[in-house]
Amino acid sequence: MDVVMLSRIQFGLAAGVHFIFPSLTLGLTLLVLIYEYKFYKTDDDIFKTISSFFIKILGLVFALGVATGIVLEFSFGTNWAEYSRMVGDIFGAPLAAEGIFAFFLESVFLGVLLFARNRVSKKVYLLSAFLVFFGSHLSGLWIIIANSWMQTPAGFAIEGGRAVLTNFWAAALNPSTLVRFAHVIIAGWITGSLFAAGIAAWYLIKRLHTNEAQNILKTALIIFCIMSLAQFASGHIHSVQVTRIQPEKMATFEALWQTQQGAPMSIIGIPVESQKKTYYEIKIPKLLSLLAYFDPNAEVKGRDAFPDDELPPVVLPYFSYHIMIGLGSLFALIGIISIVLLLTKKLFNARWFWYVLFFAIPLPIIANEFGWIAAEVGRQPWAVYKVLKTADAVSIIVPASHVAFSLVIFSLIYLMLIVMFIMILTKIIKKGPQSEIY
Amino acid sequence: MDANIFQNIWFIIIGFLLMVYSILDGFDLGIASLMPVLAKDENEQKKVMDSIWPVWDGNEVWLITAGASLFAAFPFAYATVFSGFYLALMLVLFALIFRAVSMEFWYYDEKRKKIWATAFTVGSLLPALLFGVALGNVICGIPIDINMNFTGNFFTLLRPFPLVIGLLGLSAILLQGCTWAIHKIEGEVAKRAHSILNKLLIANAVFFILAIVLTIILLPDILSSIIGWIGAIVYSVSMSYVYLSNKHKRPVNALRGSSFAFVALWIMAGAALYPNLVRTTFSAYNITIVNASSTVYTLKIMSIIALIGMPIVIAYTFYVYKVFKGKVS
Repeated sequence: MDVVMLSRIQFGLAAGVHFIFPSLTLGLTLLVLIYEYKFYKTDDDIFKTISSFFIKILGLVFALGVATGIVLEFSFGTNWAEYSRMVGDIFGAPLAAEGIFAFFLESVFLGVLLFARNRVSKKVYLLSAFLVFFGSHLSGLWIIIANSWMQTPAGFAIEGGRAVLTNFWAAALNPSTLVRFAHVIIAGWITGSLFAAGIAAWYLIKRLHTNEAQNILKTALIIFCIMSLAQFASGHIHSVQVTRIQPEKMATFEALWQTQQGAPMSIIGIPVESQKKTYYEIKIPKLLSLLAYFDPNAEVKGRDAFPDDELPPVVLPYFSYHIMIGLGSLFALIGIISIVLLLTKKLFNARWFWYVLFFAIPLPIIANEFGWIAAEVGRQPWAVYKVLKTADAVSIIVPASHVAFSLVIFSLIYLMLIVMFIMILTKIIKKGPQSEIY
Repeated sequence: MDANIFQNIWFIIIGFLLMVYSILDGFDLGIASLMPVLAKDENEQKKVMDSIWPVWDGNEVWLITAGASLFAAFPFAYATVFSGFYLALMLVLFALIFRAVSMEFWYYDEKRKKIWATAFTVGSLLPALLFGVALGNVICGIPIDINMNFTGNFFTLLRPFPLVIGLLGLSAILLQGCTWAIHKIEGEVAKRAHSILNKLLIANAVFFILAIVLTIILLPDILSSIIGWIGAIVYSVSMSYVYLSNKHKRPVNALRGSSFAFVALWIMAGAALYPNLVRTTFSAYNITIVNASSTVYTLKIMSIIALIGMPIVIAYTFYVYKVFKGKVS
């Protein structure tokens, strides 16, 4: 394998494993904030117990997030030196801002949440919960700014062979930043709330910690229901943006081979790139045109409208995109069922549904991963859309053998991390909510 | 304003970030590296970990921010060093992953406590050594080509001067961990730390003198830097202060002394490098704050970000250290 492919696999592995943890962090910090607020208002110990339980899990998730996150920051220099030289003038600033504005805040006050419940006042503790929540979301914003700039670059010019920043706000708030930020934050809240609901459901199944479990289940499912529906809106707006600004990407997601008026939406099928054909396809006529342009007969560009060397591969983005949407639809269904059960007061008797929630715990993480694969592979062959190709972004001097070596070690370490994460998480969950954190 | 002003500002800011990183994460990495010597059972290991647990990840953010700032302000230096030192940095990353997770794993995974304690120590010791080796390399000069690409190999990085700087950095970090242990922990752990402190001071003095000697032999051109010599004097005074404070049983002062020694070390490193970021074996190729820099517009934006953000960071970091003041219980 060549060094470009090896470097892509290594970065994909590192980012893919890392992404598990921040998305959980987004949801968990929201729950901690809600429960700390309830505890502050009512002084009822049950809220403190529940919050401490989530803080304990957050401590574990965060340590893994830090461990896997630092790899990414190093990787731009180690594996993508040409990328760093070409776009460092623009891409480095959001990473630095993330550290200064967000990551410090998140890390320092997480220390307070984990270890200082008895050292600070209730007010300061609640404020710390807010700052950890705020810091983790702000951190997400800066990372999405950096990543969105690779998708839809703006606010720059090419001078002397490199991209230079000409307008900070245009680069930061490029055409895809805000919608992608909303999409990712909502995904994080879906992930965290279903995670919490699944754990609570497991306690109900086992008849453990019933009071805490019922409370968590109710709170988590309300968030989950709202967010799983809201995700349709953000997903829709995002698709419209992709169709208009990165048309070859949408053509790939939908395996739309020919430019056409009244383009259909592909529900499922088997696209074969070499034949430019999709087999066994189920599609809804005119829906893609309607959704993207609010006009059932609008023209949507197909893959034939672009030169071959500027097109992403089809199979991986196509399936990733459709798995994400499939899972998203499933979440909306689960969300609606939850609310119906909650309103009819059957939630705490619906044993079958508890099983559904428990087994659904990993699904949002899978949806996040596929959504991200679709977004990043769908951007190929570009590292920065229409500015720099991935093949030209790699470090020239790092030999393939060195990347192969580091890739093998990373794979082993990450496998170990995931096994340990699941093991320790199970242990914490089995131990149940307690007011002490360590 | 002239670009050069901002290039100088960012040279100083990145130096400042690295300096604070070395002081704060210095005691984390140091005490973790010393854990096999300081702690004889799980109870004592828990005390060692407890002394840094609430603050270690905040401390590591100083490194992350320094790295990101180098990327943003001097992307050409970042690209050259990080790709050139590929294997060495991969080792640092593997180590940092283990050290980041090892405390949580140690705490929960009762069957494998020994493994995670070892991971904690090795994962801290290795970066503590390799950071200095990397710094030694950019000071003494690395081979690069006209496109700023590194032309050496892994063993180029292990020349005598970088190794001595690595050992000097390691011994300073161990010393920082040692004074931290005396300051934060009571009982046997503190006694053991107290008893090894003078040995660490001697080792540190030896590497410091070696570094000076090698500088005189290999890098005579930087000897004319007055700031560098001031740094060397401040360093010697700080270390003597550590010795005296320890002798008179004033742990806070010893910690202050070893922290101040890092300030002196970074002054020396800065003086040796400036205006270069990476010295090279063929000096016409040196990577400087001018030829590695981002545009003045980006540097201005970054300056605004730092001007707003850093005072706030420093304020709440002070506050939270105050919250965790006192000995580990």
